Amino acid sequence: MERTSPPPLVSLTQLNKWYGNRQVLRNISLDVRPHERLIICGASGSGKSTLLRCINGLEPHQSGRVMVDGTELTRAPKALQIVRREVGMVFQSFNLFPHLTAIENCTLAPIWVRKLSPEEAHATALNYLDRVHLSARAHQYPSELSGGEQQRVAIARALCMTPKVMLFDEPTSALDPVMIKEVLDIISELARTGMTMICVTHEMGFARRLADRVLFMDRGEIIEEGTPDEFFQNPQSELLKTFLSRVLHGASAAAV
Amino acid sequence: MALDVRIPAREDAASRLDEGAQTQGAVPGQTRDYFRQKVWLTWAVLCALLGAAFYALHLDFGYVGQKLPFLLGIRLSPDGFIQGAVLTVFVTGCSMIFALMVAFLTALGRLSRNPVAFAIATFYASLFRGTPLMVQVLIIYLALPQVGVVLGGLTSGLIALSLNYGAYLAETIRSGLMAVPAGQREAAMALGLPRWVAAWKIIAPQALRLIIPPAGALFVSMLKDSSLVSLMGLWELNFLAQSYARSSFHYMEMLLAAALIYWGLSIVFEVVQLRLERRFGKGVAARGAHATGPRKA
Repeated sequence: MERTSPPPLVSLTQLNKWYGNRQVLRNISLDVRPHERLIICGASGSGKSTLLRCINGLEPHQSGRVMVDGTELTRAPKALQIVRREVGMVFQSFNLFPHLTAIENCTLAPIWVRKLSPEEAHATALNYLDRVHLSARAHQYPSELSGGEQQRVAIARALCMTPKVMLFDEPTSALDPVMIKEVLDIISELARTGMTMICVTHEMGFARRLADRVLFMDRGEIIEEGTPDEFFQNPQSELLKTFLSRVLHGASAAAV
Repeated sequence: MALDVRIPAREDAASRLDEGAQTQGAVPGQTRDYFRQKVWLTWAVLCALLGAAFYALHLDFGYVGQKLPFLLGIRLSPDGFIQGAVLTVFVTGCSMIFALMVAFLTALGRLSRNPVAFAIATFYASLFRGTPLMVQVLIIYLALPQVGVVLGGLTSGLIALSLNYGAYLAETIRSGLMAVPAGQREAAMALGLPRWVAAWKIIAPQALRLIIPPAGALFVSMLKDSSLVSLMGLWELNFLAQSYARSSFHYMEMLLAAALIYWGLSIVFEVVQLRLERRFGKGVAARGAHATGPRKA
């Protein structure tokens, strides 16, 4: 089944993390190959967001190794900068800069980090805003955009840095159903371009359609992982069975 | 959870915006103009009433006119130094700059994880907020020479005002910095922005929007507290007004003239504050008619 596999883009080895005495990540080992689409699910508090935030160093880890595109992530500013340049992140609460327009949000990092000229950055930003169907609203402030539009600008902002991998941290959890769809559509379009992505989500239907691999976490551990078919049709562990029955039941209840 | 609560409000605002654009068009602008006209009219009436009250006092306007150049500080004092309102503005302006620097460092100390920096910042802020400004002025002017530090009246006054207001301003700056959501810093880090770019381009503009209104109020208050430098024999506005009043028995004239000059100066401060507020308020949805009112000006 394994072809001559390229080296992993993101590689976690024996990762452990504590908040004080509480261990939030336990011996996480995980490889993500280029163009792979990995979905992480699990109950809240299971450590999935923390895992994501360890990949770009928003959270420090206490032991183990994080490698991104051949660079080991340490607390050294140099390593952090190299890794963050290649890793785009989209947050649950969008975190757009409210005092900057959509396009200014998108040009800031390319100008200051990638050292693009303002003209180049502007052109790139317009291109990506167009990809999220918002080029017409480039000069509006986040407060003038709907939640779904804000999240799409946030995706464009991350893409403007031309990252090698994109992290999505529950990108639709703060949105209503109509907006959820527009944001998930954008992420699916992005997946079709071959972008490597790691996405934490509760949208199981989306996970099933999009993922190459799904991973289930509980209490800081990876409990089970597999292709979407294995994962949803033939869950092995009791924990995952319970989780799926709850989530899927909840979803059908919400659909009524 | 907090976000879930906020979303409906945003949607509301967005849909209202759309409605406005499609159907109503000019109406928000009209209400804004209407609001502004009424504001100016009300101000005019109140000013007229105040003027009438002055007129009723049968003041000697000739004497006021005679002393006005001195009160304003257009003429230098007999020893060739600036005096009156000019001195007041000078003292306030210098103290503002020093207070801002002291306050910024103190705010950083208050937010620092270094225990010594934190202790120094809290000790300083507590000491200077917890003792009267007048006592501070006198201690710096009178007590420091006892230990061999002799400062001029002006220097002592500037130091006392800067240190006192710096302590208050530090808390304002700290609260402004803390009010910027953590997500903003995280988004900046995730984009790989260097720390100083994040501080300058992301954190500072958002913190300033929150810092400017209370800082403006502090500076207006400082303008009037600057009269304490008269304790060290400096002929600032309040001191001049009182000494002319005493020598000529034109108390009302001099006090009212000084009060009006102070008021005029604070209006200048308020206008500057409003301009800055608008500049750093970009992207923030305006709330209420008064918030949209002056935006067009």
